[in-house]
Amino acid sequence: MYTIDDVKDVNLENYKVDAEDHTYVENLSQIGSTDANQLLDVGVDTDENDRVGSFIQKDKSVIHCKTMQDGVEIMSISQAQEKHGWLSDYLWKNVSPDTDKFTSQAKEKPHEGYFIRALPGVKTEHPVQSCLYIAKEGFSQNVHNVVIAEEGSELHIITGCATAPHLISGLHIGVSEFYVKKGAKLMFTMIHDWGEKINVRPRTVTRVEENGLIISNYISLRPVGSLQMYPTTCLNGKGAVARFNSVLVANKGDFLDVGSRVVLNAPDTRAEIISRAITYGGSIIARGDLVGKIPGIKAHLECKGLILKDGLMQAIPELRAYVPGVEMSHEAAVGKIDQREIEYLMARGIDEDEAISTIVRGFLNVDIEGLPQSLKNKLDKIISETQKGMI
Amino acid sequence: MLQIEELRVEVGGKTILKNVNMEIPEGETHILFGPNGSGKTSLMMTLMGFSGYNVTHGKITFKGEDITHLPIYERARLGIGVSFQRPPTIKGLKTRSIVEISAGNRSVDVEELAKQLNFSDFLDRDVNHNFSGGEIKRSELLQLMAQQPDLVLLDEPESGVDIESIVLIGDTINLLLRRGIKHPREKAHKEIVDDRSKSALVITHTGHILNYITADKGQVLYNGALCCSRNAREILKWIREYGYKECVRCTQ
Repeated sequence: MYTIDDVKDVNLENYKVDAEDHTYVENLSQIGSTDANQLLDVGVDTDENDRVGSFIQKDKSVIHCKTMQDGVEIMSISQAQEKHGWLSDYLWKNVSPDTDKFTSQAKEKPHEGYFIRALPGVKTEHPVQSCLYIAKEGFSQNVHNVVIAEEGSELHIITGCATAPHLISGLHIGVSEFYVKKGAKLMFTMIHDWGEKINVRPRTVTRVEENGLIISNYISLRPVGSLQMYPTTCLNGKGAVARFNSVLVANKGDFLDVGSRVVLNAPDTRAEIISRAITYGGSIIARGDLVGKIPGIKAHLECKGLILKDGLMQAIPELRAYVPGVEMSHEAAVGKIDQREIEYLMARGIDEDEAISTIVRGFLNVDIEGLPQSLKNKLDKIISETQKGMI
Repeated sequence: MLQIEELRVEVGGKTILKNVNMEIPEGETHILFGPNGSGKTSLMMTLMGFSGYNVTHGKITFKGEDITHLPIYERARLGIGVSFQRPPTIKGLKTRSIVEISAGNRSVDVEELAKQLNFSDFLDRDVNHNFSGGEIKRSELLQLMAQQPDLVLLDEPESGVDIESIVLIGDTINLLLRRGIKHPREKAHKEIVDDRSKSALVITHTGHILNYITADKGQVLYNGALCCSRNAREILKWIREYGYKECVRCTQ
């Protein structure tokens, strides 16, 4: 078990920064079944029926990239740099390369990443799907992603991250810079399914303009070596709104240090951060930070954790206000399942194990906006399976 | 149907039920009266097998089987169902799901049942979350309608219920116990009441529920012991007239 003081350091020298190229596939059905199964588990629809586009990257190679709706651009970041000279106004503008050794590695040894953009007023009919996949043993995948929702657009992205089943060691560094323009809406769902020894360091900063909305959902139910991220969102325009949900499960040996930070910089901005975390023997540090800089802003943080076996569950909710007249609150609770709830369900005829998994499913069931039904079912199934292995 | 012999129960090291003997034959509805703190709810929780209620003496027999130490869910599967007075909230679990859970292997039309209880709008809400007193009762009864238990334990079915819903709640209990005159539908009344295999133990403090349901017998629990067993309405009249004071005399 790891505690907050045991910073799980990652030695970059232990990882390779080069990998062989993988062939591009025109059709997602051509992807080998081992890889395809991993993709399916993180929400990739290989039939691409209810998606308006896909971006799939394996190690450092973009192996599939397609747009099916006019006004939605999906390409690799290097292609985007060639096509849009103005992209330099966005690259490394939210995140500075010298933030830490991971961001500088992403700058020095870049391996693509996606560029997804909805043109002004364009609304995606279905989600865009993306997947960043590591197949090479000991590889450090350093991606740089940019998402731009132009004025009045609505962009929905489901992104999954996974590794090949055999993979023992790997590092994923993801620098992501999101821009939500005036009146635009970005719905971003990220599902992680890494391996037991994989270290993951996402670095995400989002900027939201006037009346823009970002909804971000983060789901990590499967084992991961260590995950550390603290995505920051700046609500810079009047009336901008941020809603963050995360659902985390830590198994024995896992270390998750996950939080969301929202800085409310403009009048009438609103933020809500909700996190649900369960540990079955791993360590979870669930952070949340709300920063109020203008009178009249409203923000709420809710952090709930269950310890079902040993492990560590540490909730760190923080509220910072720099002016009078802000309305900020937080609610944090760490505990076990209430015996009364278990027995109440048992009185309806189900045994204790079933009662516990029913309650856990409910606990993790943060109503995640915009998730396709098939993906909801899949997550439900994963939660049930996790339960079976654990109780 | 249910037989309780010399039951002694401790809660937190304190004896709450001293010596309870009771029999509820098949098809009968019994009313359990008693002042606050007399042990009525403890008796119900013990019958269902909840943790914290330790049987230190005596035996509970249901359908001929000794259930004194059976786990809760096995009692439920044998056919005991309970309507709680203050059930816990389960966040994230929809009322629809708990009704489906209650149905077990029976195929149940949840929508139709909810309609009968005027509860359709609540199916997609979290179980008991911000429910009013009357809504909790309707939710509990909806679950029992799906479960169709042979022995129904009802804890204060009238408490916190407004005047409008109490009629509905009474009708539903009668339906559950095959004593209803409402919802006859295509069946003749005789056919409905002939299937009188359902038993019930109804806990009440005020006796108000007796205006809406019929009962075969009343019992009074006082200070952890049953002190009276006779016609339910007769007991109610005594209690209304003299309060539970009279029970003190009986137990002495």
